[in-house]
Amino acid sequence: MYGKGLRSLSIATVAALAVSLSLVFFYAPLDADQGFVQKIFYLHVPLAIVALIGFVVGGVFAILHLRSGDSRWDAYSYVSIHMSVIFGVAVLITGSIWAKASWGHWWVWDEPTLVSFLIVFLMYATYYPFRYAIEDRERQARYASVFAITAGAFVPLNFMAVRMAESLVHPRTFATANGGLPGEMMFTFLVSFAAIGLLWVTLVKFELTAKSASGQLKRLRRALDAPGPGSTSRVAPEVS
Amino acid sequence: MTPSRLAFAAILGKDLRAELRTLQSLPAMALFAVTTFVIFRFGLDRTSLSGSLAAGVLWATLLFAAILGINRLFVAEREEGGFDAIRLAPIDRTALFAAKASALLVYLIVLELIVVPVFAVFFLDSATALAPLALVLLLADIGFAATGTLISSMAVNSRARDLLTPLVLLPLVVPLMIAATGATEPLLALGGPGYHRFDTWLAVLGLYDLIFLLVGYAVFDFLVED
Repeated sequence: MYGKGLRSLSIATVAALAVSLSLVFFYAPLDADQGFVQKIFYLHVPLAIVALIGFVVGGVFAILHLRSGDSRWDAYSYVSIHMSVIFGVAVLITGSIWAKASWGHWWVWDEPTLVSFLIVFLMYATYYPFRYAIEDRERQARYASVFAITAGAFVPLNFMAVRMAESLVHPRTFATANGGLPGEMMFTFLVSFAAIGLLWVTLVKFELTAKSASGQLKRLRRALDAPGPGSTSRVAPEVS
Repeated sequence: MTPSRLAFAAILGKDLRAELRTLQSLPAMALFAVTTFVIFRFGLDRTSLSGSLAAGVLWATLLFAAILGINRLFVAEREEGGFDAIRLAPIDRTALFAAKASALLVYLIVLELIVVPVFAVFFLDSATALAPLALVLLLADIGFAATGTLISSMAVNSRARDLLTPLVLLPLVVPLMIAATGATEPLLALGGPGYHRFDTWLAVLGLYDLIFLLVGYAVFDFLVED
């Protein structure tokens, strides 16, 4: 049931990634200041934005879970956060490479966006030990949702506090007074953003399908071990 | 008084009385903090502190001392069946959140009443900054109380409760620490307290308190269920 449309979605993602990469390398102009290295921008920034949106989406699913008590939303929330944490690793690595290339250091502390993102990443990295320290299935789901909501409220506060504490070196690409990005760059960026967003959705769907399938398999095994009436065939994905 | 308010007063009174009789948390927190100051004196090899170094030492110490208390906040509830009693009682569960957060707030204030003067005696040249510092401490304490109560109530029901509280709480209070140290740094600067961006940082602290009090109020019901 979760596998529906997965094939066409995957094909669309691959196509979008191919288009965005070819735009990045053959269409977008070279940055006058930073040269070729600036192209990592088309990977780094969409990854970061998609990861942050994913965290927020995970929090929204968590609210739905607490309101309805349906464990399906908990699985959605878990997978969203899980995928965003993985994207977060990629953000930190690409950001680090970009920092090395354009500022000369792998890590720059007076750089609010990088530091904020690290703190947010550390926050969400504790989601796993937190979740799996709670044994009872139902309580685990509830507590994980509370965590997702609390962390969701924490993200904007954290960005605000870090930004206020640091000087501004990070290129604030979209906020500059006169224009910001030239049109071709903006177009390439938007295509990359869409492609990375599609990638996130596809991976989330894959993960949910896998979880649903393994949950179903577990139930079938259990049914085989203890045959009897009352075995259901629900296919809600299971987080384990 | 409404039933929730009665419950709030009863739980808070019970907690404070239990702490007064057993002295489980506060002496340990204070002792920990003072010992940490001694370690900082040798770790930094400084006999007096000012500015960002003073703010960092003070807040790092208070944070870790607070975590000691936060860790123990719900232990009695879990071991002596307090959670079950709350579930059975016909009261609003948020009364438990409010009472526990208030108890933690009282612990933190008492801790700071002991520890901050010691800090001043150990490291500071003058005590003029202590009055405005009290405001920063109070606002940060409310933030600690809100997030600490929330995380502690979840961690206590897990397998690794002593581990989980610091693990989850530390990243969560980073914005609070940024604002608190930001406000404290000019206060403890050499040559008298300064107020560079003092009100901005106070506003950030207030916003943090407000948000996490609201989050705690909204989600605490789900933590006491089942």
